[in-house]
Amino acid sequence: MDYEPVIGLEVHAQLLTQAKIFCGCSAKFGGVPNHHTCPVCLGMPGVLPVLNKKVVEYAMKMALAANCRINGECSFARKNYFYPDLPKGYQISQYDEPLCRGGHLGDVRIHRVHLEEDAAKLVHAGASGRIHGSDASVVDFNRGGTPLAEIVTEPDVRSAAQAREWLTLLRTTLRRLGVSDVNMEEGSLRCDANISIRPVGSTELGTKTELKNMNSFRFIERGINAEVARQEALLRDGGQVVQETLHFDPRTEAITSLRSKEEAHDYRYFPEPDLVPVATSVEMLAAARDAMPELPAAREERLQALGISAADARQLAWRTELGDYFEAALASGNSRVGVQSLANWVCNELVARVGEDDPNASKVRPDALAGLVALVAAKAVTVGNAKLVLDRLVAEGGDPAQIVEAEDLGAIAGGDDALEPIVDAALAANADAAEKIRAGNMKAIGAIIGHVMRETKGRADGAEVTRLVRSKLGL
Amino acid sequence: MIDREQVLHVARLARLELTDDEVGRMSEELSAVLGHIEKIGELDLDGVLPTTHVVEVSNALRSDVVEPSLAPAVALANAPAVADGGFLVPSPQAGADPS
Repeated sequence: MDYEPVIGLEVHAQLLTQAKIFCGCSAKFGGVPNHHTCPVCLGMPGVLPVLNKKVVEYAMKMALAANCRINGECSFARKNYFYPDLPKGYQISQYDEPLCRGGHLGDVRIHRVHLEEDAAKLVHAGASGRIHGSDASVVDFNRGGTPLAEIVTEPDVRSAAQAREWLTLLRTTLRRLGVSDVNMEEGSLRCDANISIRPVGSTELGTKTELKNMNSFRFIERGINAEVARQEALLRDGGQVVQETLHFDPRTEAITSLRSKEEAHDYRYFPEPDLVPVATSVEMLAAARDAMPELPAAREERLQALGISAADARQLAWRTELGDYFEAALASGNSRVGVQSLANWVCNELVARVGEDDPNASKVRPDALAGLVALVAAKAVTVGNAKLVLDRLVAEGGDPAQIVEAEDLGAIAGGDDALEPIVDAALAANADAAEKIRAGNMKAIGAIIGHVMRETKGRADGAEVTRLVRSKLGL
Repeated sequence: MIDREQVLHVARLARLELTDDEVGRMSEELSAVLGHIEKIGELDLDGVLPTTHVVEVSNALRSDVVEPSLAPAVALANAPAVADGGFLVPSPQAGADPS
């Protein structure tokens, strides 16, 4: 029997506000421990939380980007549990009236988006080696009370690769919105996955497990794969999946159970009496809508409509800075540049040279790349030599036409008499190859073209050489 | 009726240690409280939205402006113990994190 995974994701995104969600302490990551605290985020008795307006604005932008239905009114609730990172004994979150429900981002439906405060950071003292006994922890409340938006998807994800791809879209979208810095290393984007498997063709859901707090896209993909494999092996052996919370260790690939007492999940939610409801007004919605930039999914569609291949459109749209570079090059006004060939040069040749770096910060100006592509289109330089010019542009910047001129890299024009004697010489020097071509083996033409390219330092147009060879051999 | 098991369950959630006598008393008192709630439940409240706040106020919001925090020494003044600039606490049991 074949199984298919059914995966839902829960993503916590830290919102990029200056201050915390319910007090005026700085929400900045890190800092000297316990320097960003006050009676509110330390959970002192008698204090009152007040919601940060920016949190609502950012969350509304997120909700609009994910095509969510924003509830007219939302409210906060207390999620009660004891843990040292939670000074009040409860976390202020949202329960039955979240900011929004429904929606979709890409091919995955959104179940809900809600707001909550982050917990403090616990450092196990044993790890530092400076405190005797490893059963003590140090609490740093700098992170406590920083704003989080939790995005819960429907179980629409069918593979680890799809999970990774969707998270990439989410990350790009949040970054584009400017609402989160989506830095997984600093924990500003954290992901849990609810995983079950079922026989292919079945519509029922199997028992799910929850894989907690994976902090890199690579680990998420590996963690999900490992858990799916574990569940499959279990079912094939006639066993059953037990609903539990799991931890994936990326170093050992081991999956271990975070056995918690059943009653720990009894959160006894009740409405937060210290916070009044948030009513989303027409004005607030309009302001959020006006502040929306073009999002990756929309940009991908627009670029495809320009005639760009699906893969390139996705790469340009999902890497905002790459898309910006491409559009700047396109807008530099050279009408001879084909849209797809420019996309090829940006997505393949340029990316091969600048890697993950922002191409806008490279020495290759967008108009210079467009100019180079135009030279190729005009057959003023061969593709091979254009790559050499691009190497120079990456290293030193400059103008492609000038580099071609100075380095004598210009193509030998098709109608140019200069090419003919070189082809003659190449045919004479490779008589056996010429014979093979005449006999119908066109592969042998490689030797001839290679010879001509060596003679011309790559300045000959391959298609033109082929045409000359054929005509000279009477083909 | 709230039985002893339920009292002990709620007490565990609230990290309360109760004597045997207290468990018995809590069982009676909590049952009485629930009795009152059940009485309210007899009313026909179809179409009445749950009330979470008695005053009709919404959107009490603050601007996203950073204000001075407590001096760390003040923040840590009530800590049972301090280490590395933080509150030193017993480590929670591995895996007990319910969040």
